[in-house]
Amino acid sequence: MDLKDLYRDVILDHNRQPRNFGPLENADAHADGHNPLCGDRLTVWVSLQGDRIADVHFEGKGCAISTASASLMTEAVKGKDTATVRRLYEQVHTLLTHPNTTPDASLGKLAALGGVSEFPARVKCATLCWHTLSAALDRSADAVTTE
Amino acid sequence: MNTAAAVAAPLDAERVRRDFPILAQQVNGHPLIYLDSAASGQRPNAVLRAVERYETHHHSNVHRGVHALSQTATEAFEGARERARRFLNARSRREIVFVRGTTEGINLVAQAFARPRFGPGDEILISGLEHHANIVPWQMVCEQTGCALKVAPIDRRGEVDLERLFGQLTARTRLVAVAHVSNALGTILPVERIVQAAHSCGALVLLDGAQAVPHTAIDVQALGCDFYAFSGHKLYGPTGIGVLFGREELLEEMPPWQGGGDMIRTVSFEKSTYNELPWKFEAGTPNISGAVGLAAAMDYLEGLGIEAVAAHEQRLLALATAELNRIPGLEIIGTAAHKAAVLSFTLRGCHPHDLGTILDSEGVAIRTGHHCAMPVMTFFDIPATARASFGCYNTEADVYALVAALGKAREVFG
Repeated sequence: MDLKDLYRDVILDHNRQPRNFGPLENADAHADGHNPLCGDRLTVWVSLQGDRIADVHFEGKGCAISTASASLMTEAVKGKDTATVRRLYEQVHTLLTHPNTTPDASLGKLAALGGVSEFPARVKCATLCWHTLSAALDRSADAVTTE
Repeated sequence: MNTAAAVAAPLDAERVRRDFPILAQQVNGHPLIYLDSAASGQRPNAVLRAVERYETHHHSNVHRGVHALSQTATEAFEGARERARRFLNARSRREIVFVRGTTEGINLVAQAFARPRFGPGDEILISGLEHHANIVPWQMVCEQTGCALKVAPIDRRGEVDLERLFGQLTARTRLVAVAHVSNALGTILPVERIVQAAHSCGALVLLDGAQAVPHTAIDVQALGCDFYAFSGHKLYGPTGIGVLFGREELLEEMPPWQGGGDMIRTVSFEKSTYNELPWKFEAGTPNISGAVGLAAAMDYLEGLGIEAVAAHEQRLLALATAELNRIPGLEIIGTAAHKAAVLSFTLRGCHPHDLGTILDSEGVAIRTGHHCAMPVMTFFDIPATARASFGCYNTEADVYALVAALGKAREVFG
């Protein structure tokens, strides 16, 4: 268990200066995520063009892992269609829960979260943003189907 | 914690440490520094051996058979009850109900005392620093009966605003339920004054003693409280066992809480009659070995001397408070004048969870999160705190290990 493997420079940077932070105006949907055990809270906003995520923002209070994970996620999913995003989350989840996984090159900067797998108590910190994004996407899909 | 502490012989914490085998281990390549006794204390050999002896030689079910083991088990279990009576200085063993822990004790009072009696117009008064276990059971009673829950506010130091609390005591107040010591902030509440004020308004008082019992001698007669609940594992005993003290007249009037074996005298399909106190409230086979372990823990703690333990912990608290206050960006949450050895804090730029992970990598075990006191976190407008808590086995070296590990955290997040 190596602390430097958890708190890599990319993680610390995204924690200090989270990208796509703050409400997204004219968002098609948003969802709130809450981890009652640790008190982490965040909101994810998405705007869609067809099935593609045109823009995504988040805002919240949380630990370095949860903030950096959300920041990295927003960068990674922007411009991607929802099916690709869900596949990406599956890859991230595997990375977070299986120590010694060699991250797929398609994960890009998200690979920096690989150290989390050595700290099982912190996996939920890294997955909160993805659950919240998923809820926002479901909501936008509902909105689309009910119209 | 009180003046007696100043004259007690100092505790030899290094020697005490050797009584706790779990502490002699490495965690993440470092000697374990256990600073989470407010969540759960560790067990000394005396407790481990008492439980093992019971399980190896004496176990059977209690209050049942005529065979030898059933009798020795019953003697051990009822002996533990007498031990708990002495620990609390209760008048009678009939006032000592074994429960799973503080939470179950409070729920028992909520369901068997408050629920049948309270109704619309009645009020239950708690304070702003309560653990969820002393909030939610009352909210449930309010939903069930239509009575109202009132909350006496705390101030920025984490002290209950007594004037406001006294102002909220009215003829409608049926019950005041407060912590003896706050788990999230360490505040020691002036419970004697609260009991007096409540009684003068005709309200009864339940004290949540979970955090108080390892740090101070309890005398329920001197306190004058009507109910007192605590858990065994906070005072170096096993988990899954605790005690509810209730004044005999009150327990006598209360209906049983759970039905089953052991709590009855006679059962027919038409009607059952109930056992006498305290067994009326102990349906089913109890946690016998837990009670035996709890009694051993009481022997152990009183053998060390609760005053000596408290004085030792106060020295550690003072040292840790001074050392942590020197760390830039560190803020201690809970600065009451009278505190037990609980130190909640935040460090600017480093979320409590990151702190917890970094400290753990240095072998330092602290609690992080909301400490089952979300309203306290809301009051201070923080999502969580890091909390170091001290027990009889902690040393000054543990405080310095905490300080060094916090330095590491500042390095990572500097």
